[in-house]
Amino acid sequence: MIAESPSLARGPWPLAPVENSMATLPAMVTRVAKETADTFTLTLEAGSGRRLPPFSPGQFSMLYVFGIGELPISISGDPHDAEHLVYTVRSVGLATNALVTRQCGDAVGVRGPFGTSWPLAEIRGKDILIVAGGIGLAPLRPAIYHLARHRADYGRIVILYGARSPQDLLYRKALAEWGRLSDAQVLSTVDYGGTSWRGHVGVVTTLFRFVRLWPSNAAALICGPEIMMRYVVRELEHRGLDGADIYLSMERNMKCAVGFCGHCQCGPYFVCKDGPVFSYAQVKGLLDKYEL
Amino acid sequence: MDTAKLVEALTQHPFLEGLDQQAAEKLASMAEPVEFEKDEIIFREGDEYSAFFLLLSGVVALEVTSAGRILRLQTLSAGEELGWSSLLSSNRKYFQARCLEPVQTLAFDGGDLRKACEEDCHFGYALMSRVLRVVARRLQVTRLQLTDSYSYPGAKEG
Repeated sequence: MIAESPSLARGPWPLAPVENSMATLPAMVTRVAKETADTFTLTLEAGSGRRLPPFSPGQFSMLYVFGIGELPISISGDPHDAEHLVYTVRSVGLATNALVTRQCGDAVGVRGPFGTSWPLAEIRGKDILIVAGGIGLAPLRPAIYHLARHRADYGRIVILYGARSPQDLLYRKALAEWGRLSDAQVLSTVDYGGTSWRGHVGVVTTLFRFVRLWPSNAAALICGPEIMMRYVVRELEHRGLDGADIYLSMERNMKCAVGFCGHCQCGPYFVCKDGPVFSYAQVKGLLDKYEL
Repeated sequence: MDTAKLVEALTQHPFLEGLDQQAAEKLASMAEPVEFEKDEIIFREGDEYSAFFLLLSGVVALEVTSAGRILRLQTLSAGEELGWSSLLSSNRKYFQARCLEPVQTLAFDGGDLRKACEEDCHFGYALMSRVLRVVARRLQVTRLQLTDSYSYPGAKEG
């Protein structure tokens, strides 16, 4: 049995609302690791004997770069590490660039954690298929840490990861380690490769042909660009996986993180509060809409 | 490889799933087992090359070269097909095919296949509908590749 931490035992939705959700806690950057040319992993701790709030895999925080702005960033660290919160951030604009250029010792504001989590308690006993694209591996990493720590509670683990190029692959060392877990299969692919890349080339859906799935006892956790997720869902449905066993992490323009401002509305849902993790059964019909 | 083994290898290949025995035997009569070494170039861009391959093992990369740089666009492995354009009248290759591992194939001459299709329309329909499935699948993944979705600014920041 899983030694359940309070946050994991609650299941995917809804999680209890975080206390003082509008209060920003100061945290200190203790490590900045460069993952790729534009993507960095920041480790934060509270300092002064304080603790940062616990989280469930799949949740996100609002990170405040003082004087610049606040950003929704998925937590990418180990949920069993009570001392640190870890975030993998891609620099794509002013605020994210300010965040990834923080130095050790700099302060960052943290609100949260917010949102729903991957349903790790509900999918115990099943084969787990994880499909990630690009930086979408970051919100899945806490779930993979959990699966690895509680390996006996789950069936076969398959991780399919796609990135733009070999230089854009995240967590390469961890990918290799996960591939050495018992009854685990890790496959990476890139959209474009050079001659030094000896792995697969092609979109992530081309990896499905190497995977054997028993759809009646499997669950899929997916995170990546929505175009990719749509095609992945099609492949899974084609292989007989039920929509209720497919979970996706959605992204919208989250601002308040508590369902007040409406910036992240997606059909009947506020992604910050009702998501970011949804079952496909919930969001079917919303993924391919140009505007809602 | 004798005819019985060829037919067995053919019928186990996903390309020929559902093909009737008569058509499988006709294909087997045209098949030749061909193996390639690791790093061997099967054909280069611009080559006139008429073979169509069913891959039995190993990995082949499709590449384009530009200004001394090689870009790897797709990898193909056991259960997939290489050189479908050989079934069309032009055999000029638009990509380079390089073996990333030792590769075992069943090879067919594109001209022989086209001739067999013209002589036996039942066989021709069965073969070409399978080729069309390959082309449609390649087109679909290429379109998805073209979206370059991982670099889109709206893709997850973290």
